[in-house]
Amino acid sequence: MSGDTDLGYSEVEEELRANVRALLADRAPAQATLARTETEQTTDLALWRALAGELGVTGLPVPEELGGAGASWREVAVVLEELGRAVAPVPYFGSCVLATAALLTIGERKILPQLASGEAIGTLAVPFAKPPAGAFPTDVRVSGGLLSGTVRHVADALAADVLLVPAVAEDGTPELYAVTGAYVEPMVSLDMTRQLAVVTLEEVEGVLLASGSNAAAAVGAALEWGAALLASEQLGVAEWALTTTVAYAKERHQFGRPIGSFQAVKHRLADLWVLVTQLRAVARAGAGAVTRGVDVPLCSALAQAFASGAAVTAAEEAVQLHGGIGFTWEHPAHLYLKRAKSASLALGTADRHRARIAELVDLEV
Amino acid sequence: MDAELTRAISGLLTAHDPATTPVADFLGARFDAGLAWVHFPEGLGGRSAPRAVQQEVNDAFAAAGAPTLDSGRHGIGLGMAAPTLLAHGSDEVRRRFLRPLWTGEEVWCQLFSEPGAGSDLAALGTRAVREGEDWIVDGQKVWTSLAHEADWAILVTRTDPDVPKHRGMTYFVCDRHAPGVEVRPLRQATGEAEFNEVFLTGVRIPDAHRLGAVGDGWRVAQTTLMNERVAIGGHAEPREGGMIGVLARTWREHPELHTPAQQDALLRLWVDAEAARLTSERLRQQLAAGQPGPEGSAAKLAFARLNQQISGLELDLLGAEGLEYHDWSFRRPAHPSMLDGSPGYRYLRAKGNSIEGGTSEILRNIIAERVLGLPQEIRVDKDVAWKDLPR
Ligand SMILES: Cc1cc2nc3c(=O)[nH]c(=O)nc-3n(C[C@H](O)[C@H](O)[C@H](O)COP(=O)(O)OP(=O)(O)OC[C@H]3O[C@@H](n4cnc5c(N)ncnc54)[C@H](O)[C@@H]3O)c2cc1C
Repeated sequence: MSGDTDLGYSEVEEELRANVRALLADRAPAQATLARTETEQTTDLALWRALAGELGVTGLPVPEELGGAGASWREVAVVLEELGRAVAPVPYFGSCVLATAALLTIGERKILPQLASGEAIGTLAVPFAKPPAGAFPTDVRVSGGLLSGTVRHVADALAADVLLVPAVAEDGTPELYAVTGAYVEPMVSLDMTRQLAVVTLEEVEGVLLASGSNAAAAVGAALEWGAALLASEQLGVAEWALTTTVAYAKERHQFGRPIGSFQAVKHRLADLWVLVTQLRAVARAGAGAVTRGVDVPLCSALAQAFASGAAVTAAEEAVQLHGGIGFTWEHPAHLYLKRAKSASLALGTADRHRARIAELVDLEV
Repeated sequence: MDAELTRAISGLLTAHDPATTPVADFLGARFDAGLAWVHFPEGLGGRSAPRAVQQEVNDAFAAAGAPTLDSGRHGIGLGMAAPTLLAHGSDEVRRRFLRPLWTGEEVWCQLFSEPGAGSDLAALGTRAVREGEDWIVDGQKVWTSLAHEADWAILVTRTDPDVPKHRGMTYFVCDRHAPGVEVRPLRQATGEAEFNEVFLTGVRIPDAHRLGAVGDGWRVAQTTLMNERVAIGGHAEPREGGMIGVLARTWREHPELHTPAQQDALLRLWVDAEAARLTSERLRQQLAAGQPGPEGSAAKLAFARLNQQISGLELDLLGAEGLEYHDWSFRRPAHPSMLDGSPGYRYLRAKGNSIEGGTSEILRNIIAERVLGLPQEIRVDKDVAWKDLPR
């Protein structure tokens, strides 16, 4: 039961956090991240190389014999928290969560080492809004051994070297392919720190990775674990919103006193702190469940049912309590609002996850 | 849990079969074996073990079907008085009170709030005046839960009205049966009287029953209040424990009442309750390593709001049946429980959750100031002698 999950952070995890945070403070300051959203290259590949090369955090859950760190998803969650806190524009979620989860599930051994070392970037070519419990994606079809179809709203595809493409065979069998020859076109995205793309395949060759229930299991696990772990990124976003707003409320004076001394402001921040405290417990439960392989469907659905609203509330409160400055382009609050809102739609909105919970705990209509 | 602890538990269970041993005897044996609060010192129900193993010890006893006390009746003793006695009591006081508190032979109540001092507890005016080896106490307390059942009370008094209010208080253990202690029921919105007014007239308390130094009552009271909030909101519950479990059962038992809108409302609360439960579990894991901090306030705040929303939805869900109530007759419960009675009772009783043990507004102040470090309210009462405060 989830009661046994360790909901805290180990010393090793705290050390990992400190390293990632220091790197991000140095290489991904808010103003640079903001500026990057208006350039051609919205992914920060130099930062990616630093995460992979200097910190070695791109293969945490991958076994050592496959070039990974032999750690666990709990550590991945800590990295995600820090990346969320910095809205860092790196394809970590696509490559180190979605693609890595799919490949681990099917026991793949060739692409995985490349993703683990960070030398290659991968992602799962599914619409980012797709909920875990849905049907196998049918955007891409196999015909005469070649793949064709269009997948919209794919996360982290712009930087990807390899796409994991779920496709439906002529006889209807679900299959999973590795594809390098897709046409990837950027979309103007609500969250430009994680720019989405349209992936188009026109009679493209792919390497068959899995077929039938294995393919379905790989996609299902990627989305389900992804939903559980996305909560940690959302926690990072919410924590930024809370700490930045608390600091501002201590500093900003109106009516001859800090705005944080007004109870109307104070109480909202106290409520926000409670919400973020709860979000942390939920996110740790999600990461713990995936790590232990226990209670995963429920903890994953709970993660998104709770984290989506919590992170959006945190970002919205940050904007409001900063007043006019919080509404400017110059201030990073909007980056967090966009990330939070986009993440709340990603992998299924909260209501879909609530519906999943209803199935799991017998609370259906 | 180490081998010695495991041995101690199985030894106790062998010597005192939980199925046949009277509850107080069993709990007494558990206390004497140092298996009550394992982090307490030897001889006081513990064995100076790390707090972290307490849960495992509790689980081991629970698995063996060992009895525990009803937290509705003994919550104030176990959750508030015991940690305060341990932290601030003399050796003699701890030896006298902890064992019967643990076994349930003595029931405790909390004489803190007064008509003029609720949220602003430090404004309290019940006077204690030194007379030789004793103190003479006069004043009035209010909202005192279970005073009608209690044997002992934790009591905060004013001993020096000439200094600012936070400094002139002293904390005592008070004999509820002592001459001059008069308990009158105070009926509440539910129809029953869980709480009381308590009039103290010339009550004599030996100085030996003082906790902490004279004038240091506020600091001692903080220990009680921090533990109170954890005790109210910081339980380690199983999934669907507490109020949400009641609502989920109602849903499952009444398919004829289901509507999609109410299902979504139910699921939102289920998610929030599970998040709050995990938060309490995380808090418990952290507490295992140290003392309760202001984080307990978050658990209590969340618990109050959830209970109110959940019990409100239960009435909505029941519709016509929600128009009924089980019993308005005046009574003084000896074993109060949030979950008993009727849905209407739960709805009404939950309204107290955001008032008792610190109102939700006060808890937000505490979180904002002590956790987030936001500036204090502009205060007009800090440097004024208690006797000169406007009231
Ligand atoms: C069921 C129940 C059981 C109780 N049991 C006990 C008991 O066993 N022992 C005991 O000692 N007490 C007990 N209490 C008393 C309880 O602790 C007090 O009622 C509580 O602290 C509030 O005090 P008050 O009633 O004087 O309200 P007030 O302090 O007068 O508050 C009135 C309103 O003003 C708000 N308010 C006050 N100050 C502020 C501020 N600074 N900022 C913002 N808002 C503020 C409050 O939040 C509240 O909404 C119990 C209460 C209840 C309801």
